[in-house]
Amino acid sequence: MDILLQQIINGLVQGSVYALVALGYTMVYGILGLINFAHGEVVMIGAMLALSSLTALLGWGVPLLLALPASVVLAMLGCMVLGYGIERIAYRPLRHAPRLAPLITAIGVSIVLQNLAMMIWGREYHAFPQLIANTPHNIGGAIINNIQIIIFILALAIMAGLMTIVHRTRLGRAMRAVAEDQHAAQLMGVDINRVISITFMLGSGLAAIAGIMVSANYGLAYYYMGFILGLKAFTAAVLGGIGNLRGAMLGGLLLGLIESLGAGYIGDLTGGFFGSNYQDVFAFFVLIAVLVFRPSGLLGERLAERA
Amino acid sequence: MSLKIPKCFPKMKPNSKSKLLLIAFGIALLLLPFITDALLGRGWVRIVDFAMLYIMLALGLNIVVGYAGLLDLGYIAFFAVGAYCYALTNSPHLAQAFPVVFHLGVHLPFWIVLPMAALIAGGFGVLLGAPTLRLRGDYLAIVTLGFGEIIRIFLNNLDAPINLTNGPQGISFIDPISVMGVSLNKTQHFLGIAFPSVHLYFYLFLAFTALVIFVSQRLERSRIGRAWMAIREDEVAASAMGINTRNLKLLAFAMGAMFGGASGALFAGFQGFVSPESFSLTESIMVLCMVVLGGMGNIAGVVLGGVLLALLPEVLRNIVVPLQQSLFGRTLIDPNSLRMLLFGTALIVMMLYRPAGLLPSRLRRRELGGDEPAAEESVYDVTH
Repeated sequence: MDILLQQIINGLVQGSVYALVALGYTMVYGILGLINFAHGEVVMIGAMLALSSLTALLGWGVPLLLALPASVVLAMLGCMVLGYGIERIAYRPLRHAPRLAPLITAIGVSIVLQNLAMMIWGREYHAFPQLIANTPHNIGGAIINNIQIIIFILALAIMAGLMTIVHRTRLGRAMRAVAEDQHAAQLMGVDINRVISITFMLGSGLAAIAGIMVSANYGLAYYYMGFILGLKAFTAAVLGGIGNLRGAMLGGLLLGLIESLGAGYIGDLTGGFFGSNYQDVFAFFVLIAVLVFRPSGLLGERLAERA
Repeated sequence: MSLKIPKCFPKMKPNSKSKLLLIAFGIALLLLPFITDALLGRGWVRIVDFAMLYIMLALGLNIVVGYAGLLDLGYIAFFAVGAYCYALTNSPHLAQAFPVVFHLGVHLPFWIVLPMAALIAGGFGVLLGAPTLRLRGDYLAIVTLGFGEIIRIFLNNLDAPINLTNGPQGISFIDPISVMGVSLNKTQHFLGIAFPSVHLYFYLFLAFTALVIFVSQRLERSRIGRAWMAIREDEVAASAMGINTRNLKLLAFAMGAMFGGASGALFAGFQGFVSPESFSLTESIMVLCMVVLGGMGNIAGVVLGGVLLALLPEVLRNIVVPLQQSLFGRTLIDPNSLRMLLFGTALIVMMLYRPAGLLPSRLRRRELGGDEPAAEESVYDVTH
């Protein structure tokens, strides 16, 4: 029983990170109808920027309480600039091109970012500094540590904040208007280019936080981490219904649960034939299953809900 | 709209001059291994052989991306399926892994394995395409991207508890290809001329490349090919014209997969060894880059792209590394990551500035390019 609880806790923590990344996919998809393949790499860049700035700041003797928020902010700013640049260079000129064109530039951007990161930070795995005393807490036999608690709560808070932005502010209204009908929104005086840029920047900011969370949780950062994470977050977005904000959150949490429960029990279920090294495969089968049985996702692509 | 006949139908009757050129080109191709041998040295024929494999792959992907307009980001997975098909049926591995069932080892003839590899890869294509192709094109891209990754996870992990793929070590001691009793693995003598193994493979691959080009050309002009292009240009209009878009897209995808599988079988026989790391995302992107760079939907363009990019790593190794050595005294950027960086940049730059490729097909240029007043600018354009 405590193993089950442990897997659920791990799944929820991992899932909340997926949800943050999935929000980035879903926001861009909602507005542009485009899969931003490079989003996973933005997550990676966020983690790497945070790692570098944190090491530098700590190296200069800046106290942790100051260095941590500073490096988070730096990483977010860096990623926002990156997101803005990606949209400007690779997507905006192709907004009216055939669909194949932006898909190809998207994968191109992703390759470029990954290899740039490899040149800058190298091929090796970097140890992410342990920031908080990692006291384990025992909940009904399962272990949860401080970082996991912070990740989960912070992710929920950020999601709530994003919902407020989208549903309560003027900017959010503009975003929803652009998602529903770009031309009509433009006629109503919405500056769609600005709204699209801001959407990319918001998504990239979330990606930076997610990247830091993943690295802090596993204690690792490496140039390749964005690829699989991006793929899974995309699956989460599709699972919840791509273009739907609540769907991305639900999909992220669900995918995290499916993955950790699946990895925990696949060995028993298949009589030891498949082991937990197939963990990365679950997301893929979830994706296929959703596309076969419910392509619009769990919550559907309700237009009014799209951000 | 003017009534000028578009130039997309070139003169069908080749005049005697172009015929001569074609023959000269053919002879040059046939002599190519000897020429490279004499000019560049031994190793280069092998590089040319690999270039031909890549050209075959690119032509296969061209059916999917170029003709039908579907983005396949995990194309190398089908190559992997084909390669492992050949490897399993032509190596001592199965005999070692399952001594009870295959105590004599499995050694199927080349002409059985090749179609089998193609069919199995095509089957995987159908499995993957069937759920995704009725949906938006973007889903296919991401599903193929995922498939390309998980096939490696399976190849890496299916060594236990049943040793099917031998895991990360891969399968070695694969039988070389032998055609009509002639093994391509040792030097053969014809008409008093010695043909080393790499030369023999060159001719085999040349024949297959010619076949793939021929099939692509016939497909392009067939009813099916025209239907693919109609789908690519406007799926709604195509389906209104009575085209079964889903089945035809599936056919394109499966056919591309079959070409990939067949090339994979050739690769396994040529290399004599397969391991999961030969089938990384990098390779998929490289093949995609060949198609995009050369010109989607245009056979000559794709071949050009294949030649350019297959030779690029050698060029980088021979130019960039010494250049950096002499400039900075050490290698700052290793040629491999530089290559990937160039691929990514090429994909972006090509789409932005020359979306129809270096050698665009005429139809494709009209669709993607800006030489005609673009209808997309109209206010009636419904954005997706």
